[in-house]
Amino acid sequence: MNEVNKNKNEFCFSSKNKILVENELKKYPKGRETSAIISLLWIAQKQNGGWLSTEIIEYVAFYLNIPKIRSMEIATFYSMFNLSPVGKYHFQMCGTTPCMLCGSDSLKEVLSKKIGAQSSVTDDKLFSWIEVECLGACCNAPVIQINDDYYEDLHSSDLEIILDNLKNNKSIKDGSYKKRISSEPLNKDLKMLTEDEIQEMVKNRKKPGISA
Amino acid sequence: MAKKILINGSEFEFEDNLTLIQALEVADVEVPRFCYHEKLSIAGNCRMCLVEVKGAPKPVASCHFSLSDLRPGPNGELPEVYTNTDTVHTARKGAMEFLLVNHPLDCPICDQGGECDLQDQALHYGINKSRYKENKRSVENKNIGPLVKTVMTRCIHCTRCVRFTSEVAGTEELGAIHRGENMEITTYLEKGMTSELQGNVIDLCPVGALTSKPYEFHARPWELNKTESIDVMDGIGSNIRIDSKGSEVMRIIPKYNEDINEEWISDKTRFIWDGLKSQRIDTPYIREDGKLKPVSWNTALDKITGLMKKIEPSKIGCIAGDMVTAEEMFLMKTLLDKIGCHNYDCRQDGSNLTNKYGRSSYIFNPTISGIEDADAIVIIGSNPRMESPVLNARIRKRWLTGQLKVYHIGEDYDLTYDYKHLGTTPESIDVNKMDLKDCNKIIWLVGDDVFLRDDGQDILSIVADCAQETSSIREDWNGLAILHKHASRVAGLDLGFLPKDSTYAAKHMADSNDIELMFLLDADEIKINNKYKVYIGSHGDRGASNADIILPGACYTEKNGFYMNTEGRLQQTNRAVFPPGDAKDNWRIILELSSRIKKSLKYKNLDEIRKDLKKNYPIFNNLNEIAKGEGSSLKILSNRENKPSDNKFINTISDYYLTNPITRSSRIMAECSMQKNNKEIING
Repeated sequence: MNEVNKNKNEFCFSSKNKILVENELKKYPKGRETSAIISLLWIAQKQNGGWLSTEIIEYVAFYLNIPKIRSMEIATFYSMFNLSPVGKYHFQMCGTTPCMLCGSDSLKEVLSKKIGAQSSVTDDKLFSWIEVECLGACCNAPVIQINDDYYEDLHSSDLEIILDNLKNNKSIKDGSYKKRISSEPLNKDLKMLTEDEIQEMVKNRKKPGISA
Repeated sequence: MAKKILINGSEFEFEDNLTLIQALEVADVEVPRFCYHEKLSIAGNCRMCLVEVKGAPKPVASCHFSLSDLRPGPNGELPEVYTNTDTVHTARKGAMEFLLVNHPLDCPICDQGGECDLQDQALHYGINKSRYKENKRSVENKNIGPLVKTVMTRCIHCTRCVRFTSEVAGTEELGAIHRGENMEITTYLEKGMTSELQGNVIDLCPVGALTSKPYEFHARPWELNKTESIDVMDGIGSNIRIDSKGSEVMRIIPKYNEDINEEWISDKTRFIWDGLKSQRIDTPYIREDGKLKPVSWNTALDKITGLMKKIEPSKIGCIAGDMVTAEEMFLMKTLLDKIGCHNYDCRQDGSNLTNKYGRSSYIFNPTISGIEDADAIVIIGSNPRMESPVLNARIRKRWLTGQLKVYHIGEDYDLTYDYKHLGTTPESIDVNKMDLKDCNKIIWLVGDDVFLRDDGQDILSIVADCAQETSSIREDWNGLAILHKHASRVAGLDLGFLPKDSTYAAKHMADSNDIELMFLLDADEIKINNKYKVYIGSHGDRGASNADIILPGACYTEKNGFYMNTEGRLQQTNRAVFPPGDAKDNWRIILELSSRIKKSLKYKNLDEIRKDLKKNYPIFNNLNEIAKGEGSSLKILSNRENKPSDNKFINTISDYYLTNPITRSSRIMAECSMQKNNKEIING
């Protein structure tokens, strides 16, 4: 393109991020560096405190020497790119079926009560929240993602404690709030099956559908 | 490799580099589609072209299923494809139902109604009622400039417009933002589009999402008279269809011609039509006491006859404009020759292009479709994007294949493709600066503007030298290409509508006291200071406002006439509507004039004029064909010793949208020009 893509804005990758960016660009063959656009937008979003302004979208387009609309397309397509300001702690609450069945509605109430409407930022710039589709941790439903970490098996009281602790600048624990390790069963008395037992179960299992 | 397949049970054989939809097209099997377009890349997102392939678990989208992927049966049976089975019908019905989920039922107030792909295909492939009870989505309309109107709720996201702007137009302005239900087609932050080819997205849009803003609610397609004709806004003579209602031209759309404009036309060609209706001269005028007064044809013609009798033939001159037909020039030339006057010129811009080095020295020898065979192009003193956007799209098309090297000498422009900029002066025309060793078919594209320089012919001879040196001029390939901006120029040169004595060239005649009576045939781009000025033309523009006698003529949509395009291809316009008021075909005016000065030309109608024209100039015999120039005649051209000056090449098109009297009378063109220059459009 001969279109002169001028960078007129203030935003610029920090020297630390520039190294990251250059590493990302190296992952792609020569002439195909524009494929790194998602990584670049992600790095830029982190640097900007969790959201992308049009200025930054233009900057990334300028950096990769592509038309602005192409960078805009990517930034608006992916839901992990935020196009409006977010709080220091951005809550992404899963509202998809398993989480909903396990009580995500009560979490939603807490969030609306304590933070406010979706996508709004609290006055102290600490909190914002949105409801998202499946976060892929259904086994530990309900789940909330706060910035980069998952908080699982939440009860509304747990969420209130989390919010209070974050407000008072205390550290919070990530992972399960029902003390399970990764996604092991909650009922610890369950027996671990041996390989033979599994084979036996499979053999005796009823075939799905109508049997003769 | 040839491949045999069974389509709906009958056997066909195709080359296996085709896609299934292309093969089905060849086999004359109808396949509905929205997103697929022959000239664009394949998207495969509308799912309308589903067909059944035997052995495939699901219906396949025929637009991106390659024939080479079809496998034979287990015992070597021919691959089988079905387009008429229940599976196919159900699949298409399903796809159609999803497309209609969010499409509004506003066909009665939609400009696309009557020529809408969705409407037609819903009739043939859809179901007759909706099962969708929920609210339809609605999308805000975007303002993307004065030419394209958007009703984005109607959009079915085929992305043809996005692919067109990024692939053919090369401006990458449109895009699809957000996703799924929230997907929207828009320009970046809703800025106006800047491409000179943007009007084509209107034709490409299969629904009424992108429609023509100026044509908004003007007419329905079934009310229009359709006349196939050609365009005269630039030198390539794009094939167009003029749609008219009553005595008005309502719109202009492209007509497919693979050799010239493919399926595209430029915005100037498409949106010029409102200029055909305003500022028209509809009655003869004579200037009395400094003011123009309407008079009858008789009075005006008598006045001219009187002048012609009074003034010596050698003191009469004629300048032909950029949109006159070959017949008009031929008639005028014959008439003037008869009275013993040879002061006529078809180069009102002051160009010094001549016909003395043979036809190949002033036409686009490689031909427009030849660009697709070229492996290098050297652009000298030209901005093809402004001079001929459609031809520029051809160069871009070839460039996108990666097999075209582009060199540019002249001002630095955004041509929508990358080029190596060698310099801005004639001394940069140097074969050693270019890497042309492996190139077999080189185009040396010389712009029209080069000949506005005094050293234009010297530059042409240098280019001819370079072309000889790289053996670009041979039996099977003539690489010298002159890109004309004006529709009538090549015919003018062919006819020799040039002064015998070069001191009587247009730009000299205009200021000369030797010429007392000057005829202007549609010539508006030149300021003349002769004693008596007669303007024969269609628009009250520069030429008419300065004239002493005005005779109203016809526009290109109102007359039948021959034009030679820049390749030297003879084409003809056809009359779509009649000229307004008392205006007449220019050839009739010239004939009447001739009968009055007792030098009667013995023609009764246009056919007789054409017959004589063809007899005298045999190249006018083959309509729609190129009469090739002799490459060998270029050898005379190359033996010149004058060195060109080192002035920079300059582009004379200051505003793409305002280049001739019709464009200057057009409100739409004025709006485009204002948008381009970032001026606010005043309504009212």
